[in-house]
Amino acid sequence: MTIAISSSLASPATPWRQRLMAWTPVLLIAPSLVASLIYVFGFTLWTLWISLSSSTLLPQYDFAGAKAYFELWSSPRWQIAYGNLLTFSVVYVGAAMAAGLALAIAIDQRIRAESSWRTIFLYPLAVSFAVTGTVWSWLFSPDAGIEFLAHQLGFTDFAFRLTIHRETALYAIIIAGIWHSSGFAMALLLAGLRSIDPDIVKAAMVDGASPARTYRKVILPQIAPIFLAVAVVLLQYAIKTFDLAVALTKGGPGISTTFPAMAVYDFMFQRGQIAIGAAGAIMILAALALVLVPYSLYSAWHARKESAR
Amino acid sequence: MTLAIAIPAGQAEARNAWWRHVSSRTAIYAFLTLFALLYLLPLFVVIANSFRPLPEITRYGLIWWPQHLRLGAWAEAWSSTCVAGTCAGVQRNFYNSLLMTVPATVISTLLGALNGYILSKWRFRGSEVLFACMTLGVFMPPQIALLPWAYILGTLSLTNSVAGLILIHVVQGISFATLFCRNYYVAIPDDLIKAARIDGAGFWRIFHRIILPLSPPILIVTVIWQFTGIWNDYIIGMAFTSGREQPITAVLVALATAGQQAAPFDVASSAVLIAALPPLLIYFIGGKYFVRGLTQGAIK
Repeated sequence: MTIAISSSLASPATPWRQRLMAWTPVLLIAPSLVASLIYVFGFTLWTLWISLSSSTLLPQYDFAGAKAYFELWSSPRWQIAYGNLLTFSVVYVGAAMAAGLALAIAIDQRIRAESSWRTIFLYPLAVSFAVTGTVWSWLFSPDAGIEFLAHQLGFTDFAFRLTIHRETALYAIIIAGIWHSSGFAMALLLAGLRSIDPDIVKAAMVDGASPARTYRKVILPQIAPIFLAVAVVLLQYAIKTFDLAVALTKGGPGISTTFPAMAVYDFMFQRGQIAIGAAGAIMILAALALVLVPYSLYSAWHARKESAR
Repeated sequence: MTLAIAIPAGQAEARNAWWRHVSSRTAIYAFLTLFALLYLLPLFVVIANSFRPLPEITRYGLIWWPQHLRLGAWAEAWSSTCVAGTCAGVQRNFYNSLLMTVPATVISTLLGALNGYILSKWRFRGSEVLFACMTLGVFMPPQIALLPWAYILGTLSLTNSVAGLILIHVVQGISFATLFCRNYYVAIPDDLIKAARIDGAGFWRIFHRIILPLSPPILIVTVIWQFTGIWNDYIIGMAFTSGREQPITAVLVALATAGQQAAPFDVASSAVLIAALPPLLIYFIGGKYFVRGLTQGAIK
């Protein structure tokens, strides 16, 4: 379908009208395209430039090489943030997918009131990370939350104070994150389970495979691409973690639960170190690219393989 | 005799199978119930505490069955609790959120529909590459854009204004809305468009008569996702507005988790609910479309 067809057929129109008609789509999409391209490429290059400059409180458009990157990586705040991101990514993505898979398999057993169950497990996704972090910070608070409840019920020795200690505070954020995102994994994996040809499953059952074995050997390998898609989306959430940690722990105790996105914000807006902040932003973009580029290459390869079949 | 012996054996087998069925069903429902309670706990806690009197919360903690109910905390959160030095409640911030989210959602969705229509049915040389570049916007981390936006808002005198937030959310939302709509319109058969063109229909006529009537499902999905995403945004609201101009999601964290200066639990719970209700209502009403957007957004 090309524009040539329409101009040759629209005979009654005058040439300038024809030309205008041919250009209409391009003219209409131009503002969006310009805005998006500035946003994607212009902003990235701009931030990249600032990260290579000697800017502090205000942008300075000079060239200081990789100075900001060295300062970034030698800052304890950034090192802690990166370590936290690695732990968080592994545990949060792993646990949210495990919980999501368990829920999806349970819901797939022809249960009653299926849509009500699904609604319950998925609603946290509509709740903002800011609200999630706020409410979980209350639940983790020893003076009013889960520990207080245990004391009320008579378990006076019970201690549950994840957010109080440096070593455990990260796990408080992970738990809140799992609460927020496992429903997402559930919804996608359930859609995957439903897309499997029931005849294949029946064949495995007839061959005498136990349900557990059928899932492991027949069903789950078929939805492997969905696992990958869920992991990629959750990794993106992990890399962008900001509001959840700000609301839940404010990065504390101390700076023990700082995340890269928070460190960037801190350098840019609290400490007037915008070159270092920009360097951190570029590192976040690099982390995202590290996840998304291989994934999109794989998807393209997979799609080509599927269409060739 | 033989028959009498055979029956108990068959019965035993049947009883075994029945037992296995019942116990596995019980296990499934027990598992689901346990998880459902965990998932509902935070919602129950905020709802209950927004109605419980403060002395009761202090005495029995946040997680306890309500004994007395009152509406006072809602009124206080809405119109008199102190936010950033001004004691007029969160209503202004709630309206800021509405004034930001509704226009930004409508504009980005309309542009997304138009762009999606062009990129699927009026392709021109290079349009596929341009589309790919546009979709990169979906993945951009907000931190990359903070300094450029700060400069642009400053230049346009839009710093600390809802209009500035609308601009940011529209530009960032175009990628997302275009991606959704384009992937949906691609499935509309080209023959339909070709036939309309032969009948003399032009760009707008085809959009109006063929594309739009087929669009409600994708427009609903896009609106739901844009609305929840923009309403729930924290970092942009916090970075570019302050105090009275902040949207409610940004103000909430300061209000509810500021240690000694934080609002008391009953008022803070009401404020949390006021901030969470619009996206939750959309989820409970449009759940089907919410899930559809989810699967499309992740798999495409």
